[in-house]
Amino acid sequence: MSNRPPVVLTLYLSVFLVALAVAPLILPEFYITLLNYIGLYAIVALGLVMLTGVGGLTSFGQAAFVGLGAYASAYLTTVHGISPWLTLPAGLLITALVAVTLGLVTLRLSGHFLPLGTIAWGMSFYYLFGNLEALGGHTGIAGIPSLQLFDLELKSGREYFYLIWVVLLAAVFATRNLLDSREGRAVRALKGGSVMAEAMGVNTPRAKIVAFTIAALFASTSGWLYAHLQRFVNPTPFSLAQGIEYLFMAVVGGVSHVWGAILGAGLITILKQWLQDWLPRLLGQSGNFEMIVFGLLMIFVLHRARDGVWPMIQRFLPRRTVRAPTGGAASLPRRPLPVAGSVVLEVQNASKRFGGLVANDKVSFDVKAGEVMALIGPNGAGKSTMFNGISGVDPLSAGAVVFRGANVESLSAREIARRGMSRTFQHVRLLPAMTVIENVAIGAHLRGHKGVIAAACRADRAEEARLLHEAARQIERCGLGEQMYEAAGSLPLGKQRIVEIARALAADPCLLLLDEPAAGLRYLEKQSLGELLRRLRAEGMAILLVEHDMDFVMGLADRVVVMEFGHKLAAGLPEEIQRNPAVVEAYLGGVE
Amino acid sequence: MELQIALLLGQDGITNGAIYALLALALVLVFAVTRVIFIPQGEFVAFGALTLASLQAGKLPGTVWLLLCLGAAIAVLESLRAARERCFRQIPLILLINCAAPLLLAGVLVAFSPATLPLPVQVLLALMLVVPLGPMIYRLAYQPVADLTVLALLIVSVAVHVTLVGIGLLFFGAEGSRTPAFTDASFEIGDTVLQGQTILVLVASALLIVALYLFFERTIYGKALRATAMNRTGARLMGISGTLAGQLSFTLAAAIGALSGILISPLTTIYYDSGFLIGLKGFVGAIIGGLASYPVAAAGAVLVGLLESYSSFWASAFKEVIVFTLIIPVLLWRSLKTRHVEAE
Amino acid sequence: MNAAIDPAEPEIVLDAAGLSVAYGKVTALRDVSLKVRKGEIVTVIGPNGAGKTTLLSALIGLLPVRGELVYLGERQGPGRSVEKLVRQGMTLVPEKRELFAEMSVEDNLLMGAFDRYRAGHRDELETMDQVFDIFPRLRERRQQMAGTLSGGERQMLAMGRALMAKPKLLLLDEPSLGLAPLIIKEIFRTVARLRKTGVAILLVEQNARAALQVADYGYVLETGDLSLAGPSRDLANDPRVIESYLGLGGRG
Repeated sequence: MSNRPPVVLTLYLSVFLVALAVAPLILPEFYITLLNYIGLYAIVALGLVMLTGVGGLTSFGQAAFVGLGAYASAYLTTVHGISPWLTLPAGLLITALVAVTLGLVTLRLSGHFLPLGTIAWGMSFYYLFGNLEALGGHTGIAGIPSLQLFDLELKSGREYFYLIWVVLLAAVFATRNLLDSREGRAVRALKGGSVMAEAMGVNTPRAKIVAFTIAALFASTSGWLYAHLQRFVNPTPFSLAQGIEYLFMAVVGGVSHVWGAILGAGLITILKQWLQDWLPRLLGQSGNFEMIVFGLLMIFVLHRARDGVWPMIQRFLPRRTVRAPTGGAASLPRRPLPVAGSVVLEVQNASKRFGGLVANDKVSFDVKAGEVMALIGPNGAGKSTMFNGISGVDPLSAGAVVFRGANVESLSAREIARRGMSRTFQHVRLLPAMTVIENVAIGAHLRGHKGVIAAACRADRAEEARLLHEAARQIERCGLGEQMYEAAGSLPLGKQRIVEIARALAADPCLLLLDEPAAGLRYLEKQSLGELLRRLRAEGMAILLVEHDMDFVMGLADRVVVMEFGHKLAAGLPEEIQRNPAVVEAYLGGVE
Repeated sequence: MELQIALLLGQDGITNGAIYALLALALVLVFAVTRVIFIPQGEFVAFGALTLASLQAGKLPGTVWLLLCLGAAIAVLESLRAARERCFRQIPLILLINCAAPLLLAGVLVAFSPATLPLPVQVLLALMLVVPLGPMIYRLAYQPVADLTVLALLIVSVAVHVTLVGIGLLFFGAEGSRTPAFTDASFEIGDTVLQGQTILVLVASALLIVALYLFFERTIYGKALRATAMNRTGARLMGISGTLAGQLSFTLAAAIGALSGILISPLTTIYYDSGFLIGLKGFVGAIIGGLASYPVAAAGAVLVGLLESYSSFWASAFKEVIVFTLIIPVLLWRSLKTRHVEAE
Repeated sequence: MNAAIDPAEPEIVLDAAGLSVAYGKVTALRDVSLKVRKGEIVTVIGPNGAGKTTLLSALIGLLPVRGELVYLGERQGPGRSVEKLVRQGMTLVPEKRELFAEMSVEDNLLMGAFDRYRAGHRDELETMDQVFDIFPRLRERRQQMAGTLSGGERQMLAMGRALMAKPKLLLLDEPSLGLAPLIIKEIFRTVARLRKTGVAILLVEQNARAALQVADYGYVLETGDLSLAGPSRDLANDPRVIESYLGLGGRG
């Protein structure tokens, strides 16, 4: 593996770990307690980093998941006398059930329904647990046993310190591992919109549930630790207000960074301590006035420093990047390509209506293996609509799409991608903050199989190496080897289009749909794109492209279909099309 | 359950439901126009009720200070902007609106003792104190980040909510207030007694809903808000700026919130943080309407009121749980109705 | 054809010099200069993706620009915004029409007069009558929802809505887009008639022939640069225009 972090980072990390290890030996009780709470909060905030910063979803109900973990263990240990080591998995199981249910209920809706659902969940939890006699109502449950680690009974905060921070660090590294994996990229792809992710074969509803459940499980673990540290639970620390505070921690610390969770938990906890001392004195009243400061701080962060505090520190640290294996990782198995000349795609009487507008009207054509078919026509002729219909992004209103002998017009984009159709988008859909190779690796999503748990404990490395190797191979092939480790968003638009092609190729397709691949390219870049497409054609790939650059199209395409006002105007060889008076008229407008 | 109790509970539920309906309408409006999920809606309910209570108790309501502070902050920001754009002539007007007007209002409150004024004047003063906070909060918290995603705007909303609750505690203290009923009249229908205040709430809510309807259907400003909700770019090209639409919708939401608070404060004790719970019930209604449909949101809110009222009879400890858990089947139902995964 | 080389030149409504627009690091327009005079129709033609829509979005203030921009004799500074330009009589009919789909034709038109209404003018009903005279089809459909109109009617409504603002400069973005030839002809005839009202028109078109037929002066935009300029009659016969579109060395 060549993914070794820079030496300086290892050094900083070691210093941090050593400082943590000696902290309980030298610090007074007060600071230990503070650090314990920071650790407990950071575990929850870390889950929110996964959910909000990475997945682009959010939750205000994390405190309720903490409560679920805490109450599960409190109840089972005190009432049924079960060992705390068994109540942890029990709590996690209950939490997962609730999280999956909430996720399933909201994930088909727009992104803001999940957080609204979590607000309701947070409220319900608080009132429910406050009123259940069996759980002690608002008084709560006391007499929770402390944890027993072999012969050692963890009684004081000082003894819990190591457990809390070991769990937190394990969670940090597991999260980081996960983010650098196939499943992690699927979650990260959510931020780029579900259309792209689905077209790459990512099951986006599943990815959302995975992210939400992981966040909930982290919270639940924190709750379990809390219950046995405090040895007493009541509903107050699991209220919606606390759930909101967790989100503040993640956002202030830096919602896109795993270390931001610890930083945010630390900052907010210390600030809260300090404000609770000073504000009542200053205002001459007692009450939760720190919330005024937190609220204002949050508004300020969202206005002025949307990425939180961690990036300000990160600026002084070297970057850690995912690199492709240098040694010869085994290549991935390839799909057998159809015989050159055989029909791969057949579009039959495809129609698409948007309200009263007919965007496609009974269009038919086919694409054969080993040929480049170009779809051209003036703006608004319905070409991109046709692409969306074929690839399942926006299904047709009527007509059929036969891909490799099977009807696919009613299948999802994900299923069509699985069958070997891959595409690029007219408006580039890359994840700008991710490197080129990570973006391209999303394309290979369906060629890997390792899951979340394997990724979190690095049992996926062999497969991951093969996926990255494949991504690197496609990037080299498209001539972007030099930019492999740059952020995709920093590339010029033309190059970003090429990254999209590399991503599509990483899926090992037998039909490639390219939506304006040459737009924004310079002359030489267009030539090398042409070369690449010719090479792919020679290998037996079927290519369907929409393009406006006529020099490019006419020099490359084997056949051309011209569309106008949603229907097929002409079809034929490039030279026939160029001489077709109807086509000239369509482009330049009618002559009176 | 006896019929009489059932009717009584129904009456209660519909009264609360009417208030939730008003709030639900305001939430749908603000979301449609600005994409802001207006969590702080409930704070306007509490501020409206508590401001009126302060006025009636002869105290200077804390909302005066809030008005003065926000006004000053906006005056500074707007003056800086005007200076940057070299439009110095705008500055006097900016100061007049944001500083002089709130000061004048504060002066009026100090000069006349509001406790002795007739009720309609007190209500008017309370509205004048609370309603401008709506557009001011829009200007300060939302306008600079109006292009953020719905999710980020939601987080802003939660931050505003938390801030306002803290400020409410600071200004009004932890004790609740209940204002005297607007009317002592009561009517007997069969065995049931109808309180005058209840009828007042229902009539006022109905009138407000009709007024809102007329505003949206008949006035050019109402149509402009609808236009913004349908097509933001199109509206901008007509000169309907996002800022104008945002401030207008926040003004309406603040007015609806404050009025709701004033209407229910004789029926229930309002604390500095009561607004949130009331607002959230409006939310459940709004979500039933998918944050999009006004009539469904209003109907949903009435349903929430009834559900709350009847569950307070059957399982009073769990009435909040039942109301908020209602959201799960509602979301499921909405989710099954949605055909495609929506992209942001 | 008139105006273009008239010695008694009418006043310049829009004068852009050295305009550049970039999306992040990607430059979409480079050093574009053009003038539009009162009562004149100026067209910018060019193939897809040349940056025509970007140009109009930048002019109306939807996108930030670098370079010098003078509108109605006033240099545009840092306070430039869509709202201010609309107030000063610049109106854009966007490529996507951007109608209010669930509002009636009448209400859509009314929205066009919103800014004038806000400024204190109460002549929206008379203006609407004038718009109905220009587009009689809209009068027939006045109660119909905009979302149910046909493509041609939508374009008419978008133009009518813009005219409700009584603009001094009308920016038209591809009015022919997705329309059948007969309707295109009708739309362009209307555009030509608008000249008489004294409004300055900047017409951006892919349909070069139609645009050059109505315009007084034309520019050709090619991947972000103005490559050709001249009186439309000259451009209409310039083989380089065809070349920039179809990648042909001439017509076959």
